[in-house]
Amino acid sequence: MSTVSAHLDSISGDGHEHHHDTSGDTIFGFWLYLMTDCLLFASFFATYAVLYMNTAGGVSGKDIFELDFVAVETAALLISSITFGFAMIAAHGQKKALTLTWLFVTFCLGTVFIGMEIYEFHHLIVHGNGPQQSAFLTSFFSLVGLHGLHVTAGLIWMTIMMIEVAKRGLGKSTVTRLSCLSLFWHFLDIVWICVFTVVYLMGAM
Amino acid sequence: MSFLGKLTLDAIPFHEPIIMVTMAVIAVVGLIIAGLITKYKKWGVLWRDWITSVDHKRLGVMYILLALIMLFRGFSDAIMMRAQLALATSGAPGYLPPEHYDQIFTAHGVIMIIFMAMPFMIGLMNIVLPLQIGARDVAFPFLNNLSFWFTASGAILINLSLIFGEFAKTGWVAYPPLSELTFSPGVGVDYYIWALQISGLGTLLTAVNFLVTVFKMRAPGMTLMKMPIFTWTCTWANILIAASFPILTAVLAMLTLDRYLDFHFFTNEAGGNAMMYINLFWAWGHPEVYILVLPAFGIFSEIISTFAGKRLFGYKSMVYASGAISILGFIVWLHHFFTMGSSANVNAFFGVMTMVIAVPTGVKLFNWLFTIYRGRLRIGVPVLWTLGFMVTFTVGGMTGVLLAIPGADYVLHNSLFLIAHFHNTIIGGAVFGYLAGFVFWFPKAMGFKLNERWGKASFWCWIVGFFVAFMPLYVLGFLGMTRRLNHTNNPDWNIWLYIAAGGAVIIMFGIISQAIQLYVSFRDREALDDTTGDPWNGHTLEWATSSPPQVYNFATIPHVDDIDTWTDMKEKGQAYQDKASYSPIHMPKNTASGVLIAASLTAFCFAMIWHIWWLAGLGLVGAIALFIQRCYTNDVDYYIQPDEIADTENAYNSNGKKELSA
Repeated sequence: MSTVSAHLDSISGDGHEHHHDTSGDTIFGFWLYLMTDCLLFASFFATYAVLYMNTAGGVSGKDIFELDFVAVETAALLISSITFGFAMIAAHGQKKALTLTWLFVTFCLGTVFIGMEIYEFHHLIVHGNGPQQSAFLTSFFSLVGLHGLHVTAGLIWMTIMMIEVAKRGLGKSTVTRLSCLSLFWHFLDIVWICVFTVVYLMGAM
Repeated sequence: MSFLGKLTLDAIPFHEPIIMVTMAVIAVVGLIIAGLITKYKKWGVLWRDWITSVDHKRLGVMYILLALIMLFRGFSDAIMMRAQLALATSGAPGYLPPEHYDQIFTAHGVIMIIFMAMPFMIGLMNIVLPLQIGARDVAFPFLNNLSFWFTASGAILINLSLIFGEFAKTGWVAYPPLSELTFSPGVGVDYYIWALQISGLGTLLTAVNFLVTVFKMRAPGMTLMKMPIFTWTCTWANILIAASFPILTAVLAMLTLDRYLDFHFFTNEAGGNAMMYINLFWAWGHPEVYILVLPAFGIFSEIISTFAGKRLFGYKSMVYASGAISILGFIVWLHHFFTMGSSANVNAFFGVMTMVIAVPTGVKLFNWLFTIYRGRLRIGVPVLWTLGFMVTFTVGGMTGVLLAIPGADYVLHNSLFLIAHFHNTIIGGAVFGYLAGFVFWFPKAMGFKLNERWGKASFWCWIVGFFVAFMPLYVLGFLGMTRRLNHTNNPDWNIWLYIAAGGAVIIMFGIISQAIQLYVSFRDREALDDTTGDPWNGHTLEWATSSPPQVYNFATIPHVDDIDTWTDMKEKGQAYQDKASYSPIHMPKNTASGVLIAASLTAFCFAMIWHIWWLAGLGLVGAIALFIQRCYTNDVDYYIQPDEIADTENAYNSNGKKELSA
């Protein structure tokens, strides 16, 4: 692996004769993808904004949101962003064991977040407040669930990355992939801050 | 729930002779093609050089092939509709029952926009754009292959609906509550959802891929304002795709949740809001119109400046006008439903914004006219399409401005006037553009030119047929005929419906001429051979390679000093120069992952449509597993050696030099 990347570096030295699928392009491409993902969320936010008052005689946000619970959930996700940052610092310093440790901590925090979200959804559904009850609940479950689906995908990706780091070490392409996952993870954090503000804080007021 | 979900033998429409005959013909043609491939032992070539190819030029050819097949399907739908409406006048029922007719107009719209126009546009972009910027390939070659197969998957799904079950009867926009489970309980809308979802994903990936390509892989010296105009208009279109297709993904996902899990986004019950769908749909749908037409504007610009033998007039204003159209394209979506009943101020805003778009479009039209002015215009087939476009599109643009007046729109909304208007812009704008680009770049992609006579015949049939088919629709709109009628009973309308059907037949002769043109050109390909790679005396870098270009495009990446780089190189005597030595070229390897992932996802979509849950699970997990497997494969590239490059290049250069001295 390292010989291949060293070889690639040597040819990219002479200007424009190398193939261009380099890490910079990959990260830029992934960043562009994240912008499209941002618009996917924006569509669901807009729909939530239109539908959140349509409770069809059922519960509204004020009745079902428990801010203390969501605060813990939010803290878990925000801290996981910091720990992922630590993992990236370790990865750039070629510290394999430390990278794996921080990735594992991030993974655990992410699991806590998803676990709490599943608990919240389950709690709502068994109390008769499932997404089928009203347009408000439909848009609430979809928006929060879309974010949860992304976090779940991130956790699966993180598992694969941990296996890769353990097996192949921290070669150039592995660090590029870690950088993409890092972008993805921080992006989900930013989206969650919007979810927390727009859905929970404004809804519970 | 049975093993195959809702899918039973009853899903096959044995009682519909039209469908059964169609299927029989498709089966026979398919068998003949498969037989020929077997006879000439081409399966290996097909698999190695095409299906698994990551070469942008070959993918482009496959996109266009898909577009042409879908054009055939979409046009068959069109001529069936025109025949039905010509027969079902004065109270006669015609030959198509309403439930079949409704599927046909839905399929016609979806196929022509999503599976004809989009692949055609993306195919041309694939072939030309990397060459124009002096790149060896796109940024992510594997992703490019995957995008193509996602688009093909969508097309396959929509054609499966012919034989298994039904297609949506909702119109191509699938507005709820009609498209909700209550009113469309069949699988038609599900086919619609999944076909659009998977092909939309492919389109989105294409946009990301080409944006990275354009921003990161231009030849040295090519600043943004030295990019060829087609590359610029494609880039604007790609920005629009990246900014609008996620909205389509979202709105389709919401409709899916409504239909599959009893959610209430757009239902009549429990506080759902159908207008939310319509707003989101057009927040994608309107930019989509510009996604289709902007690259066509780029094609016309390239053609007119090449054939006038002049620089494009007002290059900068062309770039900015495209940008203005792109941005304005996002703030006009409400004009598709003025009748929703927003306040007068809201409607006025969207009406004015819509009219404003005519300004940058007008700038472009004058740029083309001034490019022709005092040039020596060679009237070839591409130029005919361009001139035809300039007339036709102007008419379409003016009726658009007319519709942009909310008061007038209240009268004309969903009338045939609207149908005439958007066919006027999409056929006269986008399709004419793609057909012009097809003739223009055909020698580049295939190595030989297309026959002129049949090309001209095709153009004249198309343009005459277009006006005969669609001008009566403007009249019918004013006479009060609405869209999507299965039969009519108004003697005043009859004559116009007959004329429109005649127009469709003339267009059919245009399409037949194109088929003959392809056949004749292939037969005479030796005589039409393009040995220099520059058959039209072109301006930009795609003409600085052989036809078809080598897999690596450029042996040495050219240095760019001018917008019309190739003209500049020819003038400075830098064209067709042998190099003393070449460096090895690093290229991506072909891969089967793209087609396998897409096949897996197609199985997932088909299973979702028919509620075959085990297959859905298998398809989804399979696709994800294959994707992960591909991501962690490191053996993805190889080197082409200098002596091999030198042989190819010397042959091409000597041909070019002969041509230059002749």
